[in-house]
Amino acid sequence: MDQHDPALERLIDRIHHARSQRAPVDIRGGGTKAFYGEPPRGEPLDTSGLAGISSYDPSELVVTARAGTALADLETALEERGQCLPFEPPRFSSGGTVGGMVAAGLSGPARANLGAVRDHVLGVTLLNGRGEVLTFGGQVTKNVAGYDVSRLIAGSLGILGVICEVSLKVLPVSPATRTLCFDWDEDRALEQLHTWGSQPLPLSASAWHEGELHVRLAGAAAAVSAACTQLGGTELAAEAATSQWLSLRDHTQQFFALGEAQLAGGERLWRLSVPATAARVKLPGRQLIEWHGAQRWWRTTAAAREVRGAAAQVGGHATMIRGVDKSDGVFTPVSDVLMRIHRGLKQAFDPACIFNPGRLYAEL
Amino acid sequence: MSCTPAVAAPTYPSREKRQADLVAALAEILPFGSILFRKEDTVPYECDGLTAYRCSPMVVVLPETEVQVAATLELCHRMGAPIIARGAGTGLSGGALPHQWGVILSLAKFNKILKIDTAGCVAIVQCGVRNAAISEAAAPYGLYYAPDPSSQIACTIGGNVAENAGGIHCLKYGLTLHNVLRVRGFMVDGEPVEFGSQALDAAGLDLISVIVGSEGMLAVISEVTVKLIPKPRLARCIMASFGDIESAGAAVASVIARGIIPAGLELMDRAMTAAVDAFVHADYDLDAAAILLCESDGTPEEVAEEIARMEAVLSEAGASRIEVSRDEAQRLKFWSGRKNAFPASGGISPDYMCMDSTIPRKRLAQMLRAIEQMQGKYGLRCVNVFHAGDGNLHPLILFDAQVPDEMRRCELFGADILETSVRLGGTISGEHGVGVEKLNSMCVQFSPAERAQFLAVKRAFDPLELLNPGKVIPTLHRCAEYGKMHVHRGMLPFPDLPRF
Ligand SMILES: Cc1cc2nc3c(=O)[nH]c(=O)nc-3n(C[C@H](O)[C@H](O)[C@H](O)COP(=O)(O)OP(=O)(O)OC[C@H]3O[C@@H](n4cnc5c(N)ncnc54)[C@H](O)[C@@H]3O)c2cc1C
Repeated sequence: MDQHDPALERLIDRIHHARSQRAPVDIRGGGTKAFYGEPPRGEPLDTSGLAGISSYDPSELVVTARAGTALADLETALEERGQCLPFEPPRFSSGGTVGGMVAAGLSGPARANLGAVRDHVLGVTLLNGRGEVLTFGGQVTKNVAGYDVSRLIAGSLGILGVICEVSLKVLPVSPATRTLCFDWDEDRALEQLHTWGSQPLPLSASAWHEGELHVRLAGAAAAVSAACTQLGGTELAAEAATSQWLSLRDHTQQFFALGEAQLAGGERLWRLSVPATAARVKLPGRQLIEWHGAQRWWRTTAAAREVRGAAAQVGGHATMIRGVDKSDGVFTPVSDVLMRIHRGLKQAFDPACIFNPGRLYAEL
Repeated sequence: MSCTPAVAAPTYPSREKRQADLVAALAEILPFGSILFRKEDTVPYECDGLTAYRCSPMVVVLPETEVQVAATLELCHRMGAPIIARGAGTGLSGGALPHQWGVILSLAKFNKILKIDTAGCVAIVQCGVRNAAISEAAAPYGLYYAPDPSSQIACTIGGNVAENAGGIHCLKYGLTLHNVLRVRGFMVDGEPVEFGSQALDAAGLDLISVIVGSEGMLAVISEVTVKLIPKPRLARCIMASFGDIESAGAAVASVIARGIIPAGLELMDRAMTAAVDAFVHADYDLDAAAILLCESDGTPEEVAEEIARMEAVLSEAGASRIEVSRDEAQRLKFWSGRKNAFPASGGISPDYMCMDSTIPRKRLAQMLRAIEQMQGKYGLRCVNVFHAGDGNLHPLILFDAQVPDEMRRCELFGADILETSVRLGGTISGEHGVGVEKLNSMCVQFSPAERAQFLAVKRAFDPLELLNPGKVIPTLHRCAEYGKMHVHRGMLPFPDLPRF
């Protein structure tokens, strides 16, 4: 990345200023995930000046884009060459950026089979709290020179630095994709998913909600059609299936729509990340299950303590995605030893504590 | 070559006294039989797979329980003794090279497979379990652990996590990082810690990303939860011959460019196939300047479709001969040569140094040409066998340590390959790690601010820098010296001084 790029220089000036004033900044891409995490604090620091795809060579399966590039533009450019971001990053509303996608670290329906954002991050250029431009990782898939800081940045919610540019591994779009439906209750659906999961089948996503299981298969045409025959069920028309998976990815499905009234009534949307084979989670409210059981969304009025307890009981953790009252914390607290490491890392990257203070945990 | 440079020179009266103090203190927490300190007992621990570098450890301990590991760490931390974790010692960058004032913490006795969960497709294993043992234990359930370093019959999963090891199957199935869910272990002061979780993610920062590949410098790993994946129904392998090595390199880029992700895509040049064939008779085309091994796996229908596409791309790219494995026996025969490339190299040269850089695939042909020229420049031979699909090169530089100056020229040759890789947009290590071997090259790939940031990351885990000190991150001073030496490329000042 060009160190003398004017947009980059402006960011560096802002950081020096914020540091000398000890005035926190709220790093923003498109602002589409402002609702996610603890409430943002500080003066907005806009990355949209750093936009554009820096390099894209389809034969290398790598794309490098600056942080302020619109996610939609990036995905369109990939689509034109028959490629995609395999982890299906959600777009909660239009305007999301590549930097925001990496910082939030959220992955869509294909995550269980194809990996998360961090699995596809190959390199990052970031500005640390001293305003230094640092590049970690690179544009090649195998790289073990030094600690893998670029992947640590994925999901860090901006607390370690300002992401300026990222290199991502991309994949060819699967030649064939088909979706099957089954009318099964939760136990039957999960049991069946786990049986399939231990067989060589081209599974690419699953979603269960109120007695209906949808399973997506993707891969070589021959493999997908053989799997469809083996699995049975009824097939969903291609177009309906595409829009269904998109609405699941972007949370535009009915299940995710929490209106003013429901929010005011104390209802919240939680994401429970648990082992795929975890026992049934029992909470009041409604549930939607993805990732073959590893991601369980709950709409519930239950207290944070109760939701976290239910997740912890099966070896997982719970994150409040939407809700009015965030006083119980959005993210599950980590152990003392891990918090010590978190504090050490914060100190290592951002000693003056100017980047997104409190966005992940209050003390960081 | 001798020990890792001390970060701060210790001020003990004598090595003997320090050793006696450490042994006495350790004897209070460990059975006496698991403490080695006599020279004859510690010799096997003097080096890892990078045998050109050796150092006598002060003490070696072989704890058997997690409680003993924690107590050892706590004690060493209190006494300010460096600790070097060690798995099977197959590392190729000197990561497990002892420290002259340090304790080698061998985890060889942590060799139990704790659980195979077939419904969840995970295995929970102790860190000292061999890589291949996991797949063997999972085989009855139709599952396996995908990352398969060539050293898989010997190397441990703890060492794999510490190096983010790769293998032939990583092109399609990912590196160690992509196949590990949770790592349990201990901080430098003995406090238990857990990174990742049994779910697909964990709360907070994604710390497992830095633990994987941390070369024993951030924490000691005691237990690993890995993903198992269903064995494909069928696998077939193509052996394609090329009349010159550059077209073989270009063919690799073409395969990927067509949207094919082979289950393995490896390249070997003629010098290598000849050496290997003499060693295991893998039926290679010995007339070819280079061969590619290109594998497809999946359902029989899928494999048939993909093999046909691969054959088309390879012949278009100029393959002079294409042979597809008829059956499993022949497929394994093709791979047996690849898997024995390293031992076979031992047969054609007294010593060899295995390099490990990664470059963008489109630069393969250019790089291979550059290596050919370097052979003349340094007066040494180099054979090539590598993970071509990932752009991960393993040039093996052949030399004889007994011949004056060959070791030095070999090192210069290696450094030249690494620097060329960085210049071509790549990296100095794809899977073997930096260890002590690539400390100088780190100065080339990273700026002083980036190296300072690495050091700050280390201190967030290990403030006193006792875990594997002196590895991976070169000091500013060292980089300054290396920069100076560079000016006189090929004419090192003081060639006989150790370069650490
Ligand atoms: C013939 C041959 C072929 C090879 N092929 C490949 C290949 O294809 N791909 C590849 O990636 N590598 C390969 N290697 C390199 C090597 O096998 C790998 O790096 C392997 O992961 C090392 O495992 P180990 O158990 O031998 O670790 P060691 O050599 O014992 O240690 C390696 C590093 O890990 C640290 N470490 C070990 N155990 C722990 C632990 N429990 N906790 C914390 N730190 C620990 C050590 O301190 C050291 O820094 C090859 C080596 C040989 C000799």
